[in-house]
Amino acid sequence: MQELALEVKNLSKTFDRPAVNNLSFSVNSGEFYALLGPNGAGKTTSLRMVAGLMQADKGDIHVFGENAVTNPVGVKQMMAWVPDEPMIYDRLTPLEYLEFVAGLWGVETEEAKRNAAELLEWLALNPHAHERCEGFSKGMRQKVALAGALVHDPRLIILDEPLTGLDAGSARLVKDVLLARVERGCSVIMTTHILEVAERMAERIGVISKGRLIAEGSLDSLRNQAGQENTTLEEIFLGLVEEDNEEQAVAA
Amino acid sequence: MSFANPAAGSLFWFARHEFNLSWRDFMRMMSAGKSGREKAIVAFIVFAVLVVHVIAYLFLAPAIRDGLTIDKTLFATVSGSLLLTFSLMMSQAMELVTRVFYSRSDLDLILSSPVSARRIFAVRIAAISVATSALSLLIFGSAINVLVIFESIWWLAAFPVLVACGAFATALSLLMTILMFETIGAKRTRLVAQIVAAVVGAGFIIGIQLAAIASLGSISRIEFFTSDMVSQSVPEIESWVWIPARAALGEINSLIIVVAGAFAILGGTILAFAGSFGERVIVAAGISQTKSDVKASKASFTSRSHGAVLRQKEWKLLLRDHWLISQTLMQILYLIPPAFMLWQGFGSAGALSVVAVPVLVMAAGQLAGGLAWLAISGEDAPQLVQTAPIAKGAIIRAKIEAVLGAIIIVVAPILFLIAFFDLKLAAIAAGGIALATVSATMIQLWFRSQAKRSSFRRRQTSSKVATLAEAFSSILWAGSTGLVAAGLWILAPLTALLALGTLWIARSFRPEQEI
Repeated sequence: MQELALEVKNLSKTFDRPAVNNLSFSVNSGEFYALLGPNGAGKTTSLRMVAGLMQADKGDIHVFGENAVTNPVGVKQMMAWVPDEPMIYDRLTPLEYLEFVAGLWGVETEEAKRNAAELLEWLALNPHAHERCEGFSKGMRQKVALAGALVHDPRLIILDEPLTGLDAGSARLVKDVLLARVERGCSVIMTTHILEVAERMAERIGVISKGRLIAEGSLDSLRNQAGQENTTLEEIFLGLVEEDNEEQAVAA
Repeated sequence: MSFANPAAGSLFWFARHEFNLSWRDFMRMMSAGKSGREKAIVAFIVFAVLVVHVIAYLFLAPAIRDGLTIDKTLFATVSGSLLLTFSLMMSQAMELVTRVFYSRSDLDLILSSPVSARRIFAVRIAAISVATSALSLLIFGSAINVLVIFESIWWLAAFPVLVACGAFATALSLLMTILMFETIGAKRTRLVAQIVAAVVGAGFIIGIQLAAIASLGSISRIEFFTSDMVSQSVPEIESWVWIPARAALGEINSLIIVVAGAFAILGGTILAFAGSFGERVIVAAGISQTKSDVKASKASFTSRSHGAVLRQKEWKLLLRDHWLISQTLMQILYLIPPAFMLWQGFGSAGALSVVAVPVLVMAAGQLAGGLAWLAISGEDAPQLVQTAPIAKGAIIRAKIEAVLGAIIIVVAPILFLIAFFDLKLAAIAAGGIALATVSATMIQLWFRSQAKRSSFRRRQTSSKVATLAEAFSSILWAGSTGLVAAGLWILAPLTALLALGTLWIARSFRPEQEI
């Protein structure tokens, strides 16, 4: 049986209304999983709870078998979180930023140096390694943030809309780096509104609407669920969400 | 809401737009973003107005009881007070002018629209003048009202004089900022203008205090203005130097000269510079795009404890932001008079314990509040730190240590100086500083809310409870330390208990934090 990188069971979170409602899904080790859903479906809230940035009202989160509630530090040691807005320091250079992140995750000196050098080269950040991040474009900032997420060699990478606002070149680079990590055995879970990216990169796709998982599987199995062959993910996605909205309206 | 407004783009239309934004900012600041608090706000304002009037009466009662005589001493006191007000106005106006130059907010929208930029900047300069005058009217209005009620109705003239001071301060600040812009460039102007604003604001008060300490051995400004030394050295009563003072006392000709003169200068400045303001704003906008010099940055990747990593990051970010350093260290300016008193007293334990030690504790508390805000709420990558494999307590401990470290660097020289005179007193001062620092940091932790570091100047607007609690705890720890230093051991626990009570109240008002 394949090891689970992430297991989410009956996760719920309510603000003014339920944002995440009894959500359950899992990501296999070494798998690229895309979480799709319309605006306000609860994607970011779910991932923020997984990353330990928000407390769940109820439910369980396990990362490689470790309980995220009882052992948050151990779970964080294995994970990296990349939000849509890059979290970097304007007054640090990319190299200093990587040094800081490596320090937070307690990466050994030699390993950190090697990883940083490799990432700066991969992400074409070498010419800017000694410039402060102030004045960097959105694409550059996102690449620095991604380098930070990878410098401690996480086993699970959680990305929330990482390609938003990136130009074609930067987006391609980010996608290549993520796929390379998956090839090396890393697990990735990513939310995106760019369905083409999910279609091309993800091995399995989860679709959530109103905080609930309404469909899950590979692209082919989603086509089967939707009863539409040779159709795009966009059409499947829109069909599933519309169907769910109608069911909810009838139930109400 | 009507979109077809024929007056759109006119001066009046811009003025109404600006007023709407300012009013909503004010209401948001007063209500901390929660609706349905209008009655509470009105009640708070009425209460505050009453309190400041009582304080003003208590302050002025001796002078009113003895009766005010129009002589050189009165003119010197009024002129000195006006100069003090003017220096505060200059400081505020420079800060506001700089903010208009450098904050982007809605300027991209306005400058990309086909309306005249001259109009919006004319309105914004006028708004600065109004804001500058309003603050001083709030501070000194109560004293003027008390004088009007108990002395003479002619004191009403002090109100238009204050407004004229605001107009003149705005014009002068604008001219100074533009001069800096032209001579030292857009990038340096931001930092230099902020420093000049703070030095101008604090400079006059500090200067008077230094003169008072040097000549009279007292820190009181009023004692200084009413001293024989001042009355003997100022010009005769007929001199033109006293025109602003005469105007404030209600002499019509002087009042016309002061008010008309100030508004003519402000109007002329607006006419001359509002049109070119847009060009300068565009230049200022470009400075955030300029890249830092490419130098090999040091990154050793040496394995260290999580605390060390976080502390070093905080200090590195602070040291690299000259603007933040200047804003944070401005509070140290107020330590100059007690330090001077220390030097003057040269070992006089009485002066040290009564003035220097409490001021040192209070300044440390305020400084700690600012630094703690930067380290906690001004964290640029909070999610990065929260998702790191570090216990929450360890992160908080590292942040407190970073603040304490910075405070130690600032206060250590003065503590050494005190220790040179009196070791016990230095130990007491160090204890008070530690308590005030930890208290201010805890308050910032309880009321943390994610904000940009550049919002440092406006951090007080995020929570009134936090601001008041920070100020009260610093004052009360300063009082406790002063009492212990003066040997009044019986009273000291009382103020210490009040300080702890302030912390307890602040803690019970703290907003719920998600993580």
